[in-house]
Amino acid sequence: MSTVIDSGDADRLDAAWWIDRIVKVLVFAGGISAIVFILGIFAFVTKEGFGFVLKDMDVVEFFTSPNWRPTSDTKPTHGILALLAGTASITGFAMLISVPFSLGAAIYIGEFATGKTRETLKVLVEMLAAIPSVVWGFIGLSIMNPLIIDLFDVPVGLCMLNAGLILGLMAAPIMTTIAEDALKAVPDGYREAAEAMGATRWQVIWKVVIPAAKNGLVAAVLLGVGRGFGETMAVLMASGHSINMPEGVFDPVRALTATIAAELGETVAGDTHYQALFTLGILLFAVTFVINLTADLVVRGIRKK
Amino acid sequence: MDSPTTATQFAIETRKLNLWYGSFQALFDVDLQVKQGIITSMIGPSGCGKSTLLRSVNRITERLGYVRTTGSIEVMGRDVYAPEVEIVQVRKRIGMVFQRPNPLPISIRDNVIFAHRLHASAGRRLPKRERDEIVEKALRRVLLWDSVKDRLGRQATALSLEEQQKLCIARLLPVQPDVLLMDEPCSALDPKATEAVEELLWELRGDFTILIVTHNMAQARRASEECVFMLMGKIVEHGDTAEMFVTPRFEETAHYIEGRYG
Repeated sequence: MSTVIDSGDADRLDAAWWIDRIVKVLVFAGGISAIVFILGIFAFVTKEGFGFVLKDMDVVEFFTSPNWRPTSDTKPTHGILALLAGTASITGFAMLISVPFSLGAAIYIGEFATGKTRETLKVLVEMLAAIPSVVWGFIGLSIMNPLIIDLFDVPVGLCMLNAGLILGLMAAPIMTTIAEDALKAVPDGYREAAEAMGATRWQVIWKVVIPAAKNGLVAAVLLGVGRGFGETMAVLMASGHSINMPEGVFDPVRALTATIAAELGETVAGDTHYQALFTLGILLFAVTFVINLTADLVVRGIRKK
Repeated sequence: MDSPTTATQFAIETRKLNLWYGSFQALFDVDLQVKQGIITSMIGPSGCGKSTLLRSVNRITERLGYVRTTGSIEVMGRDVYAPEVEIVQVRKRIGMVFQRPNPLPISIRDNVIFAHRLHASAGRRLPKRERDEIVEKALRRVLLWDSVKDRLGRQATALSLEEQQKLCIARLLPVQPDVLLMDEPCSALDPKATEAVEELLWELRGDFTILIVTHNMAQARRASEECVFMLMGKIVEHGDTAEMFVTPRFEETAHYIEGRYG
C-alpha cells in the first residue's frame, strides 16, 4: 500500500476546517445570547416601568402604604407593602416547610441510599421539579382548599398556608437536587477519616459532611428562596389573591408576581397602571438577581478554598 | 493499655482470613501474627492484598458494602469480627493513617480533639484547659507542636502535606489506641517529609503496635522491625526485616526485593 501525500492539499481548506469555524461561531453565539437576552429583558422592563418611577411614583407611599389601588377613579394609590408582605410571608412559610424536607431528602439520597434506590429517587425528584406550576396551583385550588376548610374549620382555604405549602412542595425538588450535589462534592476521604476514628454514620454527616458542604447547602436554600419569590401561577391560584396585610396563616394574601399576572391584561399599554406593574417587575428582577448572585458567590466561596 | 490475655503476645492475629470484593477473592486463608509494640511492614506488588488486609483489621473495608469476610482477626486478644462487637469501639482502639493526608476541613485544634470528642468526652463538654492539654500533648508527640502552636485555630487543610500527615497521626493519639494502621503514609510526601514521618514512627514504636503498608522497599527496610511479604492474596514470608532483606527464604521474595517485578 502506498500513501502519496499530495503537496497541493496543504494550502487547501477542507470541509473539516469550515465545519470547525462554523461550529465555533454558533457556539459563541449560543453562549453570548444568554447575556444578550438578560440585558435585553432588563432594558425592556426598565423602559416600560421607569416612566412611573420618574413621574408618578411617591417613594414613601410605594414602600410603606398597604393600599394598592391603581384603578381607583378618585385617588389611585400605589402602595406595595401588602404585596411585599404577601410574597415574603408565602416564601417564608414555604421555606419553613421545604428547607428541612429537602435537606433531609438530600442527605438520604446522598449519604444513605445506594444503587437502584438512589437512582430511582434522583429521577423522581427531578421529575417533581418538572411539574408545571399551574398544576401545583390546581392542586392548591381543588385539593388543598377544601382540605384546609375541613381541617381547620375556616371559611376559605385559599390563604397563606395553602400557597406556602404548595410553594414549599414546588421549591423542594430543586433545593434537594442542589443540596445533594453539594454533599456529593465533599471528598470521600473526609468520611473515611471520620469513620476510621470511630464516628457513627450520623456523626460523620453531622460533624463532617454538613460543615464541609455548608456553602453549597446555603446556596441551595437561597435558590429555593429565589424560586419562591419569582413563582407566579401557583401562588396566584392558591393564595386567595386579596390585598391584605397578613395576620395569621389563614389570611388570604396577594403576591407581587400574581399582581402583575392578574392585572397586566387589563391595563392600557403605557398608562400609569401599566408602568406601575412594570415597576413591580423591576423590583422582582432586582430581588431575584441579588438572591441568585449571592447564591452564586457563596458557591464560588467553596471552590476558592 | 488494655490488659491482653497473657497467652497472646500478638497485637493482631488473623486466622484463616478470606475476603471477597463481590465475587473477586482478594485474600486467601491469611494467618498473620503481628507482635506487640513493634513496627511491622507489609510489602508486595500492587494488588497483592496488603492494603486489603490492613483495612480489614479495623473493618473499614465494610464501607464498600459488597465485601465479604470469613475467618477471624483478633486485636489485643479480642475478635473484631465477633457479632457482639461494636464497630465504633473497634475503631477507637485501632487508629488508621491513609495514603493521602486527610485532615478534616476544620481547625487544627478540632482535628486533634475530634476522635476524643467522639469517644472519651461523648456528650460532655470538655473544659478548655483540659482540651488544650490534650491537644498540646498529642501535637508534641508527633513533633508538630512548635510549628503550629500559634495557629491552632487555622484550617488544617492549609498545612503542608507533611504537617497534615503528622496531624493525621496526632489526632489518633488522644483516645490511646493499641494499634496504628498505616496505608502507605508517605506515598504523597517528598523525601524529606518521608524521613520526618519515618522518624516519628520510630519515636512512637513501643507505645503502639504499628502495621504499615508500603510500596517503598527501602522504607520497609529502614523503618520496620518485622516484614511481611504478600503475593496474590497470600502471605509468602514473614520475618525479621533485616534477615528477610539479606537472606529471603523464598524465591518470590528474593525476586520482589531485587525488583524483578512489582
